[in-house]
Amino acid sequence: MIEEKRNVLERFKSSGRFRGEGILAFALILPSLLVVGWIILYPILRTFWMSFFDIESPLPGSYPFVGLHNYFAAFKSSDFRMVTEHSLYFTFVSTFFELTLGILIALLLNSPLKFRGFWRSIVVIPWALPTIVNGALWKWIYNGNYGVLNELLHVFHLGGQGHNWLGSPFEALNMVIIADIWKNTSLVVFFILAGLQTIPSDLYEAARVDGSTPVKSFWNITIPLLVPSIMVVVILRTIDAFKVFDIIYIMTKGGPASGTQTISFYTYQQTFSNEYFGYGSALAYLIVIFTLVIAWFYIKLLRQGTLEGVS
Amino acid sequence: MKNEESITDRQVSRRAILGAGAAAGLVTMMPTEGFAAGFSKAANVKGTISALFMKQAGYSDTDVAKMTADFKKVYPNVTVKTEFVAYEALHDKIVTSALAHTYDVVLIDVIWPAEFGSKKMVVDITNRWPASWTNDMLGGAVATAVYNKHYYGIPWILDTKYFFYNTEHMAKAKVDEASLDTWDGVMKAASAIKKAGLVKYPLAWSWTQSESMLCDYMQLLGAFGGQFLDASGKPAFNKGGGVQALEFMRKSIVDGLTDPVSTATAAEDDVRKMFSAGQISMGLNWTYMWAMANDPKQSKVAGKMKVLQTPAGPGGKRPGINGSMALSMSSGTKNPEAAWAYMSFLTSQKEQNAVAMDSLPVWKSSYTDPVVVKTSPAVVAQAKKELNDMILRPQVTKYNAMSLVIQAEVSKALIGQKTPQKALDDAATKAAAVLNA
Amino acid sequence: MKPARAYTIFIHVAAVLMGVVILGPFLWLFISSISPAKELISVPFHWFPSHPTISRFKDIFLQSANGENVSANFRVSMVNSFIVATGTTFISILVGSLGAYAFARLKFRFRRTMLFGFLSVYMLPPIVLVIPLYLIIANMGLLDTKLGLIITYCSLITPFTLWTMSNYFRTLPADLEEAARVDGCTRLGAFFRIVIPLSKPGLFASALFAFLLAWDEFLFALIFTSTTNSKTIPVAIAEFAGKYSSDYGLVCAGGVLAALPPVILALIFQKNIVGGLTAGSVKG
Repeated sequence: MIEEKRNVLERFKSSGRFRGEGILAFALILPSLLVVGWIILYPILRTFWMSFFDIESPLPGSYPFVGLHNYFAAFKSSDFRMVTEHSLYFTFVSTFFELTLGILIALLLNSPLKFRGFWRSIVVIPWALPTIVNGALWKWIYNGNYGVLNELLHVFHLGGQGHNWLGSPFEALNMVIIADIWKNTSLVVFFILAGLQTIPSDLYEAARVDGSTPVKSFWNITIPLLVPSIMVVVILRTIDAFKVFDIIYIMTKGGPASGTQTISFYTYQQTFSNEYFGYGSALAYLIVIFTLVIAWFYIKLLRQGTLEGVS
Repeated sequence: MKNEESITDRQVSRRAILGAGAAAGLVTMMPTEGFAAGFSKAANVKGTISALFMKQAGYSDTDVAKMTADFKKVYPNVTVKTEFVAYEALHDKIVTSALAHTYDVVLIDVIWPAEFGSKKMVVDITNRWPASWTNDMLGGAVATAVYNKHYYGIPWILDTKYFFYNTEHMAKAKVDEASLDTWDGVMKAASAIKKAGLVKYPLAWSWTQSESMLCDYMQLLGAFGGQFLDASGKPAFNKGGGVQALEFMRKSIVDGLTDPVSTATAAEDDVRKMFSAGQISMGLNWTYMWAMANDPKQSKVAGKMKVLQTPAGPGGKRPGINGSMALSMSSGTKNPEAAWAYMSFLTSQKEQNAVAMDSLPVWKSSYTDPVVVKTSPAVVAQAKKELNDMILRPQVTKYNAMSLVIQAEVSKALIGQKTPQKALDDAATKAAAVLNA
Repeated sequence: MKPARAYTIFIHVAAVLMGVVILGPFLWLFISSISPAKELISVPFHWFPSHPTISRFKDIFLQSANGENVSANFRVSMVNSFIVATGTTFISILVGSLGAYAFARLKFRFRRTMLFGFLSVYMLPPIVLVIPLYLIIANMGLLDTKLGLIITYCSLITPFTLWTMSNYFRTLPADLEEAARVDGCTRLGAFFRIVIPLSKPGLFASALFAFLLAWDEFLFALIFTSTTNSKTIPVAIAEFAGKYSSDYGLVCAGGVLAALPPVILALIFQKNIVGGLTAGSVKG
């Protein structure tokens, strides 16, 4: 029966009726275009336009055209290099740990645990916590005088007396990363878990029969088949980590000694605090270019058929 | 300025002076007739205006609501919509709303008139400013919203940082309270308290990388006789008093007298909390700390504290940092008359005196008014002195950008990444670049 | 074959450890929210308050929100967040699913470019759009309104729902739809009658993501909202920790309440989250 239908379909497809699809596609996509396009298009273009001018006020007026000066200024600026380094560090470190921990936890949740439903449920909680709340919570945990982290270390005789976790630049950056990892690993867990569940258990059986150890199976079967999920996660987390703003705003506002200044926060400061709208627009576009490059790279990898599910 | 008979009389006479173009009203000394006449003048002012304030500092939301209600009685045809945002968001709100003309009246910080005035985001109100105000307001107040010799706002919240100390600690460590008059004495007191083992760190400050830190630095720079910018407008804080101030700050950390949390995340409210918990013995803070730290419901040191004028440096100087705020008219306002009426009403002496416990008035004579003094005798006594001697952060259009680079460098010196001199030299170079850009 | 005993012990210990690390901070959030202000800043440390109080929660729910009370205003911001997030989710799922189907099943020119285009919108740092978008919203008179936020969020979140639903649809076997079409059903008919019912896990997962994104958003809310008309939770919480006054307990109380709806929703739909990220189980 299915066989017959398939043949009919083959003839269907080759009959050229597919040309009508363009119109249908357009109709289906139109709502999205409307919702997204008209409210995004003007701002994107306007900001791009502004990046070529020296604008130091939010009010309309005539401002000098400076071409690529703002972009050059950014590259020459040591502050810009510093915040880019911070952002790259933040992105790579947090993505790396979130991926590693995420895979480990996903494996754990996929194993024969008692009360598996319970364990899976609690993994949701950090992810559901709003970023601002997460930042405020960890700032409170890290508090040098009343924070619970110091108390915990004290109780386990690991020191921690009155230590200021957000007190020195590099340390603060790492502590903010930890707060970010705590919240976002859950998301990674879900994507990986979804990927794990598409791997047929027969493969493991077959490998075991062939004499493979669990560790070998992990590297030869699990990881390769998880690649699509990993790719999705890496894109999402990388893009988000590069945009990171909220958690910096609530935890450190870029300090101490500009140690947690990330590229998005820096752009915000230049635009609103310093009212360098032209320069800020150029910075914003540089961020866009960075993330587009990263995304393009990943999507190229994805195009090699790995996103379309396991087949 | 004498206490006027009725607020409406005062509104009438001021409006006549301002020449708002209204027909001359009957200005009488009879309250009822004056009221009626004033009422018809005030009734001419119509419309809806929006005003932007700051939350939880200076005047509370309730204070502002009360003042607005009083305003409505005098100007029945004006509707005021008030909005409150956190201080951190205030500057950016003013910047983004400039485009859309969202607000008619905005509260601005003392460091913003240059920026907003030069970019024409707030209105130059020099031609509305009565000469009497310059005489009747405290000197430190008048300077709050001045840029390029023009007025861009009416001073409303007057504030500076006072020196608070724990009397119990001083007694136990046998410190003579009179010695707290100078910074030298303060450091000696701190050492004595630390030696006596009363607290681990006798001092804490709001030195987190932010404007708060710069306020303390400026106050100390003034005490050590330094200059922020020299006469030609170039950075001068990396010489003399400016360097001594930063060295003083760093030394207090190195000597173990200042709690290291000061440079991490501590802002003004953390200083208040630590003081209220009896964890520190002394600290600089704004007016608001007095009431809260003396409230037994939220403080362990209620009744065991005193407030003093900020200590003097080796040269005897002791200016308080001008942390005031002014009400400004937004340049996009569609109802300047209503906006002006509201601004001047809120800053009027009668209204300010009524809520003096939350923020001290800008008018000189209020400080001898027994009603005002009664709200907070200890603070008023010090305020009278300190508010007359304040140090201003430079009124330059790029203040924010300059402040950010200086904060970064000062922060590095405080945590020991650079020597104070090197940090300030680097800051001076960067600041000069910002100013000249 | 039964797993080795050592393995079983290991995974259960690991699970407990994970539980502690995950629930610990959240538990601390809760404990702080019921500790009186004095106890929060007392030295020595209190693991649990000697006088726990629910006064902050009472304030939030019972005080009348006539403008000044910070706690009562928080309640209003919760309602705002809920309305905005729900509205955004509904619209972006509806619109995104339609477009996603086109990307998943149809062949047309510029397909890949358009998909990449939508994806790039999602990737835009909000800072790129803020000032011009502010002007648009202001000119439409939608500043400080929930509708203004919904419109803004829909344009940012629809690309995300479009992308995730598109991935999800692609993993569904095409046979069923094609069988239906051979039977005379239109493409659209197949979409509504076959694909959508099969996509419940994917829809729930995307809806949950969309809801969380909207619930979580900070920068636009910070700049577009001012009063309780439209102020959302993240802005309200950021305001608790102000220059002059920050009661950590209130921040934590707000945090607990801010976390509850997303956590509850996530727990309800959590089975769907995992299932929704791929097309369900292995084909039989």
